[in-house]
Amino acid sequence: MSGSITFSSVQSIKGSLMVIRTNGKLGYEELVEIELENGEKRLGRSLQVSEDIAVVEVFEGTQGLSPRGVKVRFLGRPLELSVSNELLGRIFDGLGRPIDGMPEPVGVEELDINGKILNPYKREYPDEFIQTGVSVIDGMLSMVRGQKLPIFSGSGLPHDMLAAQIARQATIAKGEEFAVVFAAIGVPADTAMFFRKELEESGALKRSVLFLNLAEDPAVERIVTPRVALTAAEYLAFEEGFHVLAILTDMTNYGEALREISMMREEVPSRRGYPGYLYTDLATIFERSGRITGRKGSLTQLPILSMPADDITHPIPDLTAYITEGQIVLSKDLYHKGIYPPVNVLMSLSRLMKDGVGEGKTRADHKELSDQLYNSYSKAMDVRSLAEIVGEEGIPESSKKYLQFADAFESKFMKQDPYENRDIDTTLNLAWDVLSILPESEWTNISEKSKKVYLSVVQKRNI
Amino acid sequence: MKLKVKGKITEVKGTVVKASNVSGIQMNEMVRVGELGLVGEVVRVEGDNAYVQVYEFTTGLRPGEPVEGLGSPLSVTLAPGIVGNIYDGLQRPLSNIEGYSISRGYTAEAVDVNKSWHFVPVIKPGTKVEGGEKIGYVEETELIRHFIMIPPNVKGNLTYVAPEGEYKVSDSIAEVQNGEKVSISMIQKWPVRVPRPIKRRLVATEPLITGQRIIDAFFPLAKGGSAAVPGGFGTGKTVLLHQMASWANSRVVVYVGCGERGNEMVELLKTFPKLNDPISGKPIMQKSIMIANTSNMPVAAREASIYVGITLAEYYRDMGYDSLMLADSTSRWAEALREISGRLEEIPAEEGYPSYLASRIASFYERAGYVETLSGDFGSVSIIGAVSPPGGDFTEPVTTHTLRYVKAFWLLDPNLAYSRHYPAVNWISSYSSYVEPLSDWWSLNVSTEFETLRRQALDILFKEESLRNIVRLLGPEVLPEDEKLLLEAANMLREGFLKQSAYHEVDRYTPPAVQYYLLKLILTFYERAKEKLKGGTTVEEIRSSPLYLEVIRARFNVKGKEEFDALMKKVMEF
Repeated sequence: MSGSITFSSVQSIKGSLMVIRTNGKLGYEELVEIELENGEKRLGRSLQVSEDIAVVEVFEGTQGLSPRGVKVRFLGRPLELSVSNELLGRIFDGLGRPIDGMPEPVGVEELDINGKILNPYKREYPDEFIQTGVSVIDGMLSMVRGQKLPIFSGSGLPHDMLAAQIARQATIAKGEEFAVVFAAIGVPADTAMFFRKELEESGALKRSVLFLNLAEDPAVERIVTPRVALTAAEYLAFEEGFHVLAILTDMTNYGEALREISMMREEVPSRRGYPGYLYTDLATIFERSGRITGRKGSLTQLPILSMPADDITHPIPDLTAYITEGQIVLSKDLYHKGIYPPVNVLMSLSRLMKDGVGEGKTRADHKELSDQLYNSYSKAMDVRSLAEIVGEEGIPESSKKYLQFADAFESKFMKQDPYENRDIDTTLNLAWDVLSILPESEWTNISEKSKKVYLSVVQKRNI
Repeated sequence: MKLKVKGKITEVKGTVVKASNVSGIQMNEMVRVGELGLVGEVVRVEGDNAYVQVYEFTTGLRPGEPVEGLGSPLSVTLAPGIVGNIYDGLQRPLSNIEGYSISRGYTAEAVDVNKSWHFVPVIKPGTKVEGGEKIGYVEETELIRHFIMIPPNVKGNLTYVAPEGEYKVSDSIAEVQNGEKVSISMIQKWPVRVPRPIKRRLVATEPLITGQRIIDAFFPLAKGGSAAVPGGFGTGKTVLLHQMASWANSRVVVYVGCGERGNEMVELLKTFPKLNDPISGKPIMQKSIMIANTSNMPVAAREASIYVGITLAEYYRDMGYDSLMLADSTSRWAEALREISGRLEEIPAEEGYPSYLASRIASFYERAGYVETLSGDFGSVSIIGAVSPPGGDFTEPVTTHTLRYVKAFWLLDPNLAYSRHYPAVNWISSYSSYVEPLSDWWSLNVSTEFETLRRQALDILFKEESLRNIVRLLGPEVLPEDEKLLLEAANMLREGFLKQSAYHEVDRYTPPAVQYYLLKLILTFYERAKEKLKGGTTVEEIRSSPLYLEVIRARFNVKGKEEFDALMKKVMEF
């Protein structure tokens, strides 16, 4: 532990913020240790420093603190995580302290949880397909190694189930497995337990690291939890060579914690009370993914966030989607129809799909099929809403096929069991099956070549 | 030379640092902050104190650490070797950093100072010269002949010009006598917030051809014009901007990735060396400059990156070239303004943005223009700015203020994007004030008929819009046959002209002549179909004819006159 160790006194306390006297000895974003009269210790971090005082956020909250009888010690360093591959298989709290009853892992390095700024010039473009075994994702929203692809969900929707299914089933072409870094950010304890059980049962727990800030834990800590988790993930990916899948849930709780701190600091709010720097702040989390030239591993992010009141224009999902490389949007309507995974494909997007699929990666017909499914399903949705108004009799004969197509697409292609793992061939053949409901004259995106090579195979198989 | 001011930090609040004992420091002066020597800029002076916005992260910075003024405002280095580079928001090259991260306080020359260039003089000593005059050139890349010019603020008698030969950028290659002797090298410095001087502004009459059909044919941009592309997430702003950067017929492209994704810059770095310029056939990397301030980089440098980019574009304009500057996204730049303003505790206007937002946007877009340069050449700077309205709300301050100052407006429509209609430019709400001034160019260079076809096509699309409202309520069956046919014609325009794949080898770039061919094919097919309808053929029969699909798919197959003539013959016989 470096830096000066100085004791200081507290001037005032407000919410989870504290103003302390520093005599200029505390640096910006450096740690302080607060010792209560009863010996309890808490951690804080400076948000603003001047020659005599500093504003400090207290991670464990300020409950029970009093300006008197509290000792504040400057630790002379920013918040760090001690990393090594001993992190694997362990469970930590939201600040990176072990809570599984085992001793502190031996670290090889202390890393600043804010990470380093990755030089864009040294990034390697992500283009390696990840097979998740989920048809709608592999077929139409393909993920690649190093991508950041969030799940936008709502209350009561099976986002945890889907994320767990991806974590269990995700394989990369050569059959390498992922190491999973899981960060719970203000979620109920049973959500954390669910993930833990899923990872344990699939045997993935020994390649996993869990960081848990649960709903009952202090909100301020939530600002740190994703950064601690990503520090571990970056180390495992870029120093130890693992392909890491980082699941961060629920990023909406993170945004709310940020707003809380901002309000207490009396900053000028922007939309819906969120601070003007929400975009930049979220970017410092989501941009910590990708691949690096000359390094073996990769860091793929699968953040989960709930859309308050199912509103995709809410600042958190909105700004997230501006940063991430696409989004998987879940739909209540589909879920009520009994479809799992209930993905609203028209609102969903994987920006990096185009370079991860096709000949040599998945299959030559993949891109065309995906485009055609989007195209036809979107037309089918128009027909469906028209049919709701004028009745099925009011729509032309040629459009009725679209209604059948939409039903088959949802119930055959999209719908699958949470434990069903479909390989990419199965997924693409299913796509041909549902597409065959429409006459070939409607296939504006399909080339003659693909018809010749793949359609005949599928038709033969069906006979 | 001004004395360097030295003071110390008294307060750190995010990336804004307050310094004391800095009397004599100037507004917008560059400073070095702290033991690490972080780069910053003075944004407010109060007596002996100054506020500095630091362009790097300030973690660990303490009161009492030194602050040093550098004596000059934020400036760029203008010299051969800029093209083909990728810079951060302060013009520091990203390609020669060791390791994979950018460490704080990093300094580097913007161009390779050890490289020798073959200089060819074009002027003889003894002549009177003024700022902007060309004295010689070097071949910067196969596509760019880089003219060495007298700096704008220098004039007098040219007493020496170096003979043809190899020189480094800092070698003296000319001398100007005007009371005192001024030595001139290939390097110039220019403060980024000051527009470079010109002789006069001219009216733009030539289109910036981008090869993107909906832009060139329907909502064109003139060389020297400005355009904004607002669109919510996932509507394809970045892909459209990448297409423009790849195919526009400008001589120099400056692409500023301002607060966007790191992987998008990598994509440009990966594709630009492989894509060939449609006119010269050389890799477009040889005419491109990239500036990357990705979203995880410090926010203050984001504000600077836009100015660094536009100044580079102006410098190449001054050589008599057409420059194109693309900014993705100007909203992030505005948010950086807001963030800095907030930290300075200024009183906010709308949505927390500072009250000077509109004037900053205005002065940025005003740096576009078709001009006569100081040396008497003609050059231009065109600006295309992406706008990312939060929540897809086009009434927010950045979008509304931008609209007041740009003349072309390409609105990206989420509903088109959801149905995978790309580019998702909405043809009802978009507009361009350049249509009129550019129509002569089309009739002289492409076809006298073009303007008529353009109007016909837009007419069909507008009529479709109103018919669709009826169809949405009552179903298509209620329409008479000729209106059903009009819907089919609109569908052909959408599928066969407005949609354009950025990834299909033929479709991604359509030269002006082929844009005309495709319109002509679709509209002639429609005329023929109308006649057949009168003769008793049904719309359903027309729609299911193979030729219908063939005309729609012409965008993938028609590369020139030969394919056009062949298909046109079939259409005429239809």
